[in-house]
Amino acid sequence: MQSGSATGRLRNSEAANGLLMVSPTAIYAMLLMAAPILASVVYSFMVDSKVGLSAGLTFDNYIKVWTGQIDQALMIRSLTVSALVTLATVVLAYPVAYFVSFHVRPERKSLWLFLITIPFWTSYLIRVFLWKVILGYNGVINSGLMSLGVIDEPLTVINYSLGSMVMTLAHAYAAFAILPIFVSLEKIDRSFLEAGQDLGESKFMTFIRVTLPLSMPGVIAAVLIVFIPTIGDYVTPELIGGGKLPMIANRIEAIMLKQNDKALGSAIAMTAMLIVALVSIMFLLLNRRFLKGQSK
Amino acid sequence: MSKSPSLKVYVIAYLLFLYAPIALLPLFAFNDSRVIAFPLAGFTTNWFAEMWADANLFTAFRNSLIIAVSSSVLATTLGIFAARASTRYKFPAKGATLGLIMLPMVLPEMILAMSLLVVLIAMGVPLSIFTVILGHVLICTPFAVAILTSAFQSLDRSLEEAAYDLGETSASTFRLIILPLVMPGIISSLLICFTISLDEFIIANFLGSGDPILSVYIFGQFRFPAKVPAVMALGFILVCVSICLLTIAEYFRRRGIAKTGGKDTGGFL
Repeated sequence: MQSGSATGRLRNSEAANGLLMVSPTAIYAMLLMAAPILASVVYSFMVDSKVGLSAGLTFDNYIKVWTGQIDQALMIRSLTVSALVTLATVVLAYPVAYFVSFHVRPERKSLWLFLITIPFWTSYLIRVFLWKVILGYNGVINSGLMSLGVIDEPLTVINYSLGSMVMTLAHAYAAFAILPIFVSLEKIDRSFLEAGQDLGESKFMTFIRVTLPLSMPGVIAAVLIVFIPTIGDYVTPELIGGGKLPMIANRIEAIMLKQNDKALGSAIAMTAMLIVALVSIMFLLLNRRFLKGQSK
Repeated sequence: MSKSPSLKVYVIAYLLFLYAPIALLPLFAFNDSRVIAFPLAGFTTNWFAEMWADANLFTAFRNSLIIAVSSSVLATTLGIFAARASTRYKFPAKGATLGLIMLPMVLPEMILAMSLLVVLIAMGVPLSIFTVILGHVLICTPFAVAILTSAFQSLDRSLEEAAYDLGETSASTFRLIILPLVMPGIISSLLICFTISLDEFIIANFLGSGDPILSVYIFGQFRFPAKVPAVMALGFILVCVSICLLTIAEYFRRRGIAKTGGKDTGGFL
């Protein structure tokens, strides 16, 4: 084992080769993601005035964000919207994933998944706008119902509301929820289900006591993959909310670009990221509990 | 197997919900009225003509093509490095490194865009198509890594070892054996990244310098109700193009799986 210098050994080792191989991608992510986010963390502790950023560090921005009424309200609205979207998307998507996994012939499965993912790959902006066309004051539902004589005046409950934002986003993230749940359902050993039924459980109880717990990792992945991007959604509040129901991303834009306060804007962005991280960690811990429960 | 009719009805209703907005596109793209509402007014192709006559659209389209092609090539290249490293080698902090690379997939885009914007401005980098490409490569790379990892995973290691035994160098083995086998994965990664970049709005809007870019152009048009029918026409064309691209991507993905003798587990993700 004494052959070659230390560097020579390192150069030939698998670890070094792997690190070398992954380095371009990792360095790119560090330079364009990790470094800017670290810079934002530093910015968020500074004060942005007309003269420029202050040298000293302070908690002022965070105090402003956490006690300010507008910021609090928008943070709560963003959380509410993304929690509702997550709940709606996952609950609506689960039966679909279940159907494709348990009721579709194996050779047909990828065709079904393809059908489910197509709408997801068509222009996000245009899809969101089409929901405005469907739900708006003179929209498809209202004009359709009026021309059929069902209603005399356009319904106002469906347009520019929190509910229509939730519906639009639940549509936008549908595929993101179906795929992870499908993958976890596919992994379930079908003989467990037969065993459950052989032991006298009803079909429904087998589902509740076997299938559902075993598919929890997929459900938790779906929750995270829907919750995290929706909390930072910018387009839907602009188009569907008509700018009247801004969420946290719209607030970040307003502070950063319109008021040009990079320090305060960074503090809002970092607060949002902190909330996202806390929720994610909570769900990951939940997932770990489920995995532990399974290995028992 | 299909003994639950209510589940089937639900799934069909769900698919209708998924396709409802897209089904409206052709209706309003060919509808002879500036107002987007029912009842429909008659057939016209005027909106396509109006769309075609807009010079801004062509500039935006050209810029978007430059951005989407460069981002998909760069993201796929970075994806090849990461996917190869993750499937072939063991190295320290592997999980953390790959986690970092995949992170842009789950971070809110607004936070990525804003922190990148602040740093670019502080460094004095002028905003341009180039800065949009930098951002798009960042968000496309995780998708490229996901697709390519499954392509590299299905590679049989013994093929590579056989090539070494026959005297090939690691570079020529990669070129002659590995690259052709993962080619379908590369093509499908290129197409998916292209579609993501073409569609992306937040980074294009905030990291661009105001040069027209397709998604930013579309967003701008929505402010003028009179322009909406032409956007519907444009949207219809875009939907047709992306369905074609995705069908090709799916074809190559399946061929890749067939080529390496793997089992189709379905889906892009």
